Amino acid sequence: MKYMLIMRSDDAAVEAYKDIPFEEVIERMGRYNESLVNAGVMAAGEGLTDASEGVVVDFSSQPPVVTDGPYGETKELFNGFWILQVSSKEEAVEWASRCPLGPGSKLEVRRVTELEDFPQDNEWIQKEAQWIADAEAKKAE
Amino acid sequence: MNGAEAIGRRMAVVWRIESARIVATLARYVGDVGLAEDLAQEAVLDALRQWPEQGVPANPGAWLTAVGKRKAIDGWRRRERLDDRYAAMAHDLENALDTDAPPWDPDTIDDDVLRLVFTACHPVLAREQQVALTLRVVGGLTTEEIARAFLVPTATVQQRIVRAKKTLRAAHVPFEVPGRSEFPERLSSVLGVLYLVFNEGYAASAGGDWMRPELALEALRLARSLAELVPREPEAHGLVALFEFQASRFGARTTPDGEPILLLDQDRSRWDRTLIARGSAALSRQDALGRGRGYYGLQAGIAQCHATALRADDTDWERISILYEALGRLAPSPVVELNRAVAVSMSEGPATALRIVDELVASGALRGYHLLPSVRGELLHRLGRRAEAKAEFVEAARLTGNERERALLQRRIDAAD
Repeated sequence: MKYMLIMRSDDAAVEAYKDIPFEEVIERMGRYNESLVNAGVMAAGEGLTDASEGVVVDFSSQPPVVTDGPYGETKELFNGFWILQVSSKEEAVEWASRCPLGPGSKLEVRRVTELEDFPQDNEWIQKEAQWIADAEAKKAE
Repeated sequence: MNGAEAIGRRMAVVWRIESARIVATLARYVGDVGLAEDLAQEAVLDALRQWPEQGVPANPGAWLTAVGKRKAIDGWRRRERLDDRYAAMAHDLENALDTDAPPWDPDTIDDDVLRLVFTACHPVLAREQQVALTLRVVGGLTTEEIARAFLVPTATVQQRIVRAKKTLRAAHVPFEVPGRSEFPERLSSVLGVLYLVFNEGYAASAGGDWMRPELALEALRLARSLAELVPREPEAHGLVALFEFQASRFGARTTPDGEPILLLDQDRSRWDRTLIARGSAALSRQDALGRGRGYYGLQAGIAQCHATALRADDTDWERISILYEALGRLAPSPVVELNRAVAVSMSEGPATALRIVDELVASGALRGYHLLPSVRGELLHRLGRRAEAKAEFVEAARLTGNERERALLQRRIDAAD
């Protein structure tokens, strides 16, 4: 089963992180990622650039409102994620708790849906699976 | 969940993640994998007694390693009077003891884990001992889990492990990565152990389950780890690639009732695309080393042909036939030849394939192997020779040890009437 570790930090944590030398941040996170790879559990993972570079598309009204920068009232910013292939929720939590993050940062641990989680007779579920299959087949060519 | 139960669950996860490093570190200190594993197990028992009251330490791996070392020292102290040598060892080890220190030096731990892998798969051990010891000390599985995965009594696994430890000790097997001259053969023994574990999970040879995915996924996890420990070894990546491709089909290989679905009948939209992408990446890593594909890489190439074919009809059977031909030259085997026959039946037709299969039958090499009559039956069926086909399916059903597979064959028999 796969779990996503969703990294969220509040503004203070993001600011505090800026005081640590970038090399050190890279080193710590690099070691963590290496431990995930070496343990054979890392399926995917990405970090995100500064939220100020982002854009928010808000569906509270129609058509949705598009604004620059982080979402106004958000106390926590979504900064990155990992997807781990593990044997249990406990194992995902154990890995999450080893992540080198400080006060003000959180990791949310969520199971990634599998095909079994959806009604298999739904036309769109079938189509989506076919799209992914098509894309993979093209990549392999 | 009460405190002790929660601690037990936490310990299971800690052990799964840390056991290889704990045992490897202890083994380097005491020079004996068997003793190291015993010390680690004693440390676990201490933890299960102490953690519910004292709380889980900040670094459980460091705690377990330190307690294991302490137990080694205590053991030597008891023997001090007998031999001054033990006193010196205990003294040295005690100086190095610090429960707050990181449990292992990140620069040496990989070497220690690799030593552990090679020791667990040492050629003085029987294959079943290598498998049990590897899953136990490298994979961190419990004896009960290994027993369940291989459908043997726990006592049997226990005995295999005890015997393996004794054998390593009796043979004075050093805790080392083999030197250059031995390395290729020793690595192939390690890869062989993982291959066997994966296959046992992928195509359960006995019992009611068509496959036991947990066991195969464990082999996949260990193979990924191993490939990071020996990144310059092409076949380690080939093995990972093969496992990734095969594992990608786990969601599609059985009906909800557990009935097997053959490769060409599977719903390909159920294949795990993340694993297929990882398989292709691992195969690229092997190719990038520029030393060609070996036994596992060639099989991975075949699996990739299936994994990346959009529909069963799109399968590049000619390429698969060629890959089987190469595989057969590299490692001649009647099973590979039988698989080649299946590929040839798709690219050139059943008549050509039947000639290959009939040669196999004549050679007698696969006598008693259920897939030989199964494949021959399929080819005869396609050639319209229904009665002969049915006889082959009956023979195959008689020979298979897997109940699910027998049911599948029974349906072919019934359909032939």
